[in-house]
Amino acid sequence: MEKSYTLARVARRRYVARILCYPARVSAVNPPLNPGAPRHSAVVRLTHWLTVIAFFALLVSGVEIVISHPRFYWGETGNVMTTPLFTLHIPSSRDTVPTGYGYVMPDQNGWSRALHFQSAWALLFTGLVYGLFILWTGHLRRDLFPAPRQRTARAYWNVIARYLHRAPPDESEAHSCNAVQRAAYLGVLFILFPLVIWTGLAMSPAFDAAVPAAVNALGGRQSARTLHFFVSGALVLFLVAHVTMVALAGFTSRMRAMITGHASLPPELP
Amino acid sequence: MSHISRRKLITTGLAATAGLGGLAVAARVARRYGLIPPDDGGLYGAGETLNYAAQRLLSSHSLAREFSRGMVSKAPFANEVAPPDDRFKRLQAGGFSGWRLAVSGLVARPGLLSLSDLKSLPVRSQITEVVCEEGWSYIAEWIGTPLADVLNEVGVLPQARYVAYYSADRNWWDSVDMAEALHPQTLLTWGMNDGDLPVGFGGPLRMRVPRQLGYKSVKYITGLTVTDSLKHLGKGLGSPEPEFGYAWYAGI
Repeated sequence: MEKSYTLARVARRRYVARILCYPARVSAVNPPLNPGAPRHSAVVRLTHWLTVIAFFALLVSGVEIVISHPRFYWGETGNVMTTPLFTLHIPSSRDTVPTGYGYVMPDQNGWSRALHFQSAWALLFTGLVYGLFILWTGHLRRDLFPAPRQRTARAYWNVIARYLHRAPPDESEAHSCNAVQRAAYLGVLFILFPLVIWTGLAMSPAFDAAVPAAVNALGGRQSARTLHFFVSGALVLFLVAHVTMVALAGFTSRMRAMITGHASLPPELP
Repeated sequence: MSHISRRKLITTGLAATAGLGGLAVAARVARRYGLIPPDDGGLYGAGETLNYAAQRLLSSHSLAREFSRGMVSKAPFANEVAPPDDRFKRLQAGGFSGWRLAVSGLVARPGLLSLSDLKSLPVRSQITEVVCEEGWSYIAEWIGTPLADVLNEVGVLPQARYVAYYSADRNWWDSVDMAEALHPQTLLTWGMNDGDLPVGFGGPLRMRVPRQLGYKSVKYITGLTVTDSLKHLGKGLGSPEPEFGYAWYAGI
């Protein structure tokens, strides 16, 4: 009974792996059984680039929205009549905000807000597809949760030491993520993205009416706005680190892997 | 592209057909249950529709947070308004005793209501937050007549779907759906923090819609029109805001 269940599971996973064109068994320990299998599956590649587009739209529109009121507060309320927690020393698109600049930027909040929310929806749907995919195929358990031998402080230290020495990546890293990469991706997926969605929703007056705890637990509307700003900043820091690592690891081959699925050119091409 | 198998092609085709079919069905259902906002067209129409439909499913009957008296902002911010015209100044000189609210459209008893007519209807006060789309906010106590009680008084006809409201500032009007219009916290406000509503904050009469952003809380209200469609009002987008890119539904 136990055996047939396991066989069924293996068969199912192989079938799913085939239709989603992901290598059936890839782990940090074993090299892929099929060297021709793609490094990134089609679903991962598609959701990755949709996330890139949505993230940039959210970032640009988010900056535009901040320009209309570049002051941040803590607690429930805050406006130009109250003391800010901190101020960004940039010009504003509203003449009611004292900035010290002698001019007012054009108002771009209309389309910025519309683009911000539409991109947030696009990112949410993309995240749902990605989330279901990594759960269903075992990509999360196999490739993103730390492998058993990666669950030690030494494993993390080895990776960091290699980064610091600018040493070439380990053989296993051609087919799987190392301990630090896994921690960074899990942090973005399960800490930063949920936090940025939560703090964003907590700024919606209708959502706060439906779920008051969402904003009260953050310490109020202005606290939610300030936290949204910092979590967005953390996501931008991840983006900078991510692109830097891609560039150091070999920009062309890594980009090719995330676009075509294969790190190297197919053999039939010169 | 020989590695794309027939099975994969069929699976993808079926998924795409199911997805498009599902979208078409969702759009029909959404229209039937009033989940499509008037500004559903254009580049950001999909996002506006998702915002409105999601909030209508989630929060149609939710109450905006109310705060304790100690939370009332000591320094509320009135924001800027256009300078008042001569007519407004004359009414202000008369203590707004000549201020009238014109009620028209799909109602049994259209007519004019004075501020004292409004004050003779049920009064409600609430301590709620004004939230500007720019990011700032303040809390005040708002005293007024629930829009639902005014609509009840004039007798709303069953085909009513929206209430449009007009400001003495001629370029300023807006509208809400019946869920928002009949909501107990949607208030035709004439008092603030135990006094009359100051002109800077929209006095003598302001529409307070506490579950939406500040720009839906139009100042200097002079008229209400109950309607079954927003298509024939202005450019048909439910308010002038969508012409400048701002959402008609501002609960987010």
